[in-house]
Amino acid sequence: MSNTWAYISNYSIYSALAVFTLSFLAHAVETAWAVKAPERELASMGGSAPSQIATNPSKILDYKATEKIARIATAMMILGFLLLFTGVIARGVSAGRVPWGNMYEFSITGALAFCAAYLAALQKYNLRWLGLLVSFGILLTLGTAVTVLYVPSAPLVPALKSVWLIIHVITAIISGGVFLLANAIAAAYLYLDSMESKGERSAWAKPLPSLDALDQLSYRLVALVFPLWSFSVIAGAIWAEAAWGRYWGWDPKETWAFITWVAYAAYLHARVTVGWRGRRAAWLCLFAGSTFLFNYVYVNIWGSGKHTYSGL
Amino acid sequence: MSQDIQIPEIGSVGLLRYAWRALTSMRTALILLLLLGVASIPGSIFPQRTQNPIAVGDSYKNSPELSRWLDRFYMFDVYGSPWFSAIYILLFISLIGCVLPRAIEHFNGARALPPATPKNLNRMEFYATWVPVGNEIETAKRWLKAKRFRILERDGAISAEKGFLRETGNLLFHLALILVLLGISFSSLFGMRGEAILNVGERFVNTPTSYDSLAYGKLFKEGKLEKFIISVDKFDAQYNLLTSAPEDYTLNVSLKRGDLVTVEKHVIKVNSPLAIASTKIYLQANGYSPVVTVRDSNGDVALQGAVPFLPQDANLRSIGAIKAPDAQPQVGFLGSFLPTYERSGSDGAVSAFPQALDPRLLLSVWSGDLGLDDGTPQSVYRIDTSSMSQIGLKALKPGETYVYSTGSITFEGYVQWVNLQIVDDSGKNFALLGAIIAILGLLASLFTRRRRVWIRVGENVEIAGLAKNGAPGLEQEMALFERILKGER
Repeated sequence: MSNTWAYISNYSIYSALAVFTLSFLAHAVETAWAVKAPERELASMGGSAPSQIATNPSKILDYKATEKIARIATAMMILGFLLLFTGVIARGVSAGRVPWGNMYEFSITGALAFCAAYLAALQKYNLRWLGLLVSFGILLTLGTAVTVLYVPSAPLVPALKSVWLIIHVITAIISGGVFLLANAIAAAYLYLDSMESKGERSAWAKPLPSLDALDQLSYRLVALVFPLWSFSVIAGAIWAEAAWGRYWGWDPKETWAFITWVAYAAYLHARVTVGWRGRRAAWLCLFAGSTFLFNYVYVNIWGSGKHTYSGL
Repeated sequence: MSQDIQIPEIGSVGLLRYAWRALTSMRTALILLLLLGVASIPGSIFPQRTQNPIAVGDSYKNSPELSRWLDRFYMFDVYGSPWFSAIYILLFISLIGCVLPRAIEHFNGARALPPATPKNLNRMEFYATWVPVGNEIETAKRWLKAKRFRILERDGAISAEKGFLRETGNLLFHLALILVLLGISFSSLFGMRGEAILNVGERFVNTPTSYDSLAYGKLFKEGKLEKFIISVDKFDAQYNLLTSAPEDYTLNVSLKRGDLVTVEKHVIKVNSPLAIASTKIYLQANGYSPVVTVRDSNGDVALQGAVPFLPQDANLRSIGAIKAPDAQPQVGFLGSFLPTYERSGSDGAVSAFPQALDPRLLLSVWSGDLGLDDGTPQSVYRIDTSSMSQIGLKALKPGETYVYSTGSITFEGYVQWVNLQIVDDSGKNFALLGAIIAILGLLASLFTRRRRVWIRVGENVEIAGLAKNGAPGLEQEMALFERILKGER
C-alpha cells in the first residue's frame, strides 16, 4: 500500500516538473514577445516614425497577444502547484509521516512553499512578470531533488520522531519560500534599477511595477515572515532540548540559522529605524537570503553536525 | 599659518559619558549585532572542542603549526572565546542602554494626550472637506473610540492617535532579548551536564564519581546534585530491515529518588527524556558490550565482565579494548564486535545488520606492559601496544574460548550499553519565556498600524489622516471614516 503511494508521489512530481517547464516556457514566451513587439510594429510601419516609438512605445505595444500566453503561464503554475501538492502529500502518506525527513523531501516541500508564496502574492499584487524567475527557481529545486537527492520513502530515525518535526520544519520551509520570493523581488529591483539608471526601461519591462512598489513589496514579505522564522528557530531550540539535552549548541545549522536571523533583523532595522530604501536595502535583503540558501546547501551537504542526518 | 587650536578639555567624566553615548546608540547596537553574526561564522567552519574534540585532535595531528595558530585565536572554542564574549557583552550593555531609557520615556508618554489639532489640515497625507450636516463631532468621537484611538477634543476639533502598541511591542521585543541572554548566562553559571555509559543491568548513583564526564557551571554547588539511583532494566532497538536505519529506541529504567526506597518504573526515549525535578536524563547513544572472561595460565579469573565497544558504522561494527592488568604477564585485547557477521571480499569481516543476529568477537591478543601503572591517562577504547607483543589472533562465537600461550579468553555473550546524558539547566525557562515574549512583541511592532486622525468642524467639516512608518491602508480607512461621518453608512 505504501508503495502505491510512493509511486503516486513520484509520478505527480515528475508531472509537476513537466508542467512547471511549460509554465516556464510560457513565461519566457510572454517576456520575449513583449520585447519583440515594438520591432514588429516598427516593421509594419516601415520605420517611418521611430521617434514616436522611442518616446512612448507602450502605446503601440499590443499586449493582447501576450495576455493570452501569460494566462496560460499562470494556469500552468497553478496546475503545477496542485500536482506538486499531491506529490508531497502522497510522499507523506507513503512514509506514514510528515514529508520532510530528508533533503529530497525538504526540497519538494520547499519548492511547494515557494510556489504557494508566489501564487498567494499574485492574488494581491501584479507579479505575473516574476513568474519566469519563480518557475525557474522551482524547476531548479525540483530537478536537483529528483536527480541528485532522491531517496526511497522510508520511516524516520528516532531523533526525528517528534511533533516538533512538523512545527519546526514546516515553519522553516515556509519562511524559506517567502524569503526566496523577497529575494527574487529584490533581485528584480536591482536589475530594473540599473536599467533605469542607464535611461529608460526596455519595452518589455514597462508594464512591470514601479521600483517603489518592488521595494515595498520585498520589505513587506520579509516583515511578514520574520516572526515566523524567529518562531521556527525557537521551535528548533525546544526540540533540540528534548532530543539532544541542550537548546542551543552552536551546531553549524544553528549557527547559520542565527546568522540568517541576525541578517534579517539588521535589514528590518535598516529599513524601519535608519530609513534605508532602494538599492542598499535590496542588497542587504539579497545578502540575508543568501545566508539562508547557504545554510540549506552547505550545512546539509558539506557540513558536519547534528543536522546532517538528512539522508544524504 | 599655524595657529594653536584650543581643544576644550573633556576630562575623564566627559570621556566616559561620550563612550557611554556612543556605545548605547542604535548604530552601535546594530553594528554589534552584525558583528555577532560574522563572529559566529568561524565556529561553523572549524571543528569546536565542545562538540567534536576528536576532530580538533585530528586537526592538530594533520597540521600542528596551523592548528596552534588557530588555537591562539580561539578558533576551536569560538563561542567561549574572549572576543566572542566581548561582542555579546557589549551588545548586551548597548541594548540595555538603548532600550531602558526609551521604555521609561514610552511608559511616561502612555498617559499623555495626543497633541492639539494643527491649523493646516490640508497638508496631511489624506485630506477631505465638505459642508457639515450636523453631529459630525459626536459621530467621529464614537467611531474613533470604538477603533481604540486616544482622543483629545478641543475647540470644536478632535485630534486622535492610535498604534501605541507598535512601540510597546518594539520595546518588549528588545527587553525580552535581554531576558533570553540572562537565561543563557543563568544556565552556564548554575547548570550542570554530565554523561555516563551504562550496560543494561547496571546501576547509576547520581554522585560526581559515577560520571564518565561531568561539567558544572561556575556557581553550581556540588551538593545540589539531585539525589537518585537509576537502574537500566532493558534496552530495545528496532532497525529497518532494508536500510539498517534505526527506527525506535526504548529504554526501561527503575528509578529510586529522594528516600532511595520507592521504586518507580520509567521509559526513556530519544525525544522524551526522564525528568527528576529540574534534572533531565536523556538517551543519547547506544552500542554493544561483549561479555568476556579472561583467565591466566593457572585458570584463575583475571577479568570478567561487559566491556563497552564504540560503534563505527551504521551496522554497528564496534571496536574496543579489553585490558587485564591483573593477569601475569599483563594481557590486552584489541577487538571488533560484529553484531551480524558477514565476510565481504574487499573489507574482510564486516557487520551486515545492526541487530545482534549472528555476533562475532574478533580479537588480537597482546602481551606485555599495558602502561596503566605510570598514571598517564589512556583511552578505554585503545591500547598502547608500544611495549607489548602480539601473541594471537582469533574470531569467536558466543560461548567459545580461545587459548593462547599465557591464558585464555571466553566470549560469554554480549549486553547492550546506553549513554545517558544528565542535565540540570533551569535557566532555559527564562530563555524560553524571553523568546515567547520577543515573538509577541515582534508581531505587535511589525503589524500595528500607527495612525493620526483629525477632524475639525467649522464652516466646513475637515478631516485629515497620517500614517506613520508608511503603514498601508490609510486611504481606505479614511474613506470609510468619511462615509460614516456623512451618514452614508
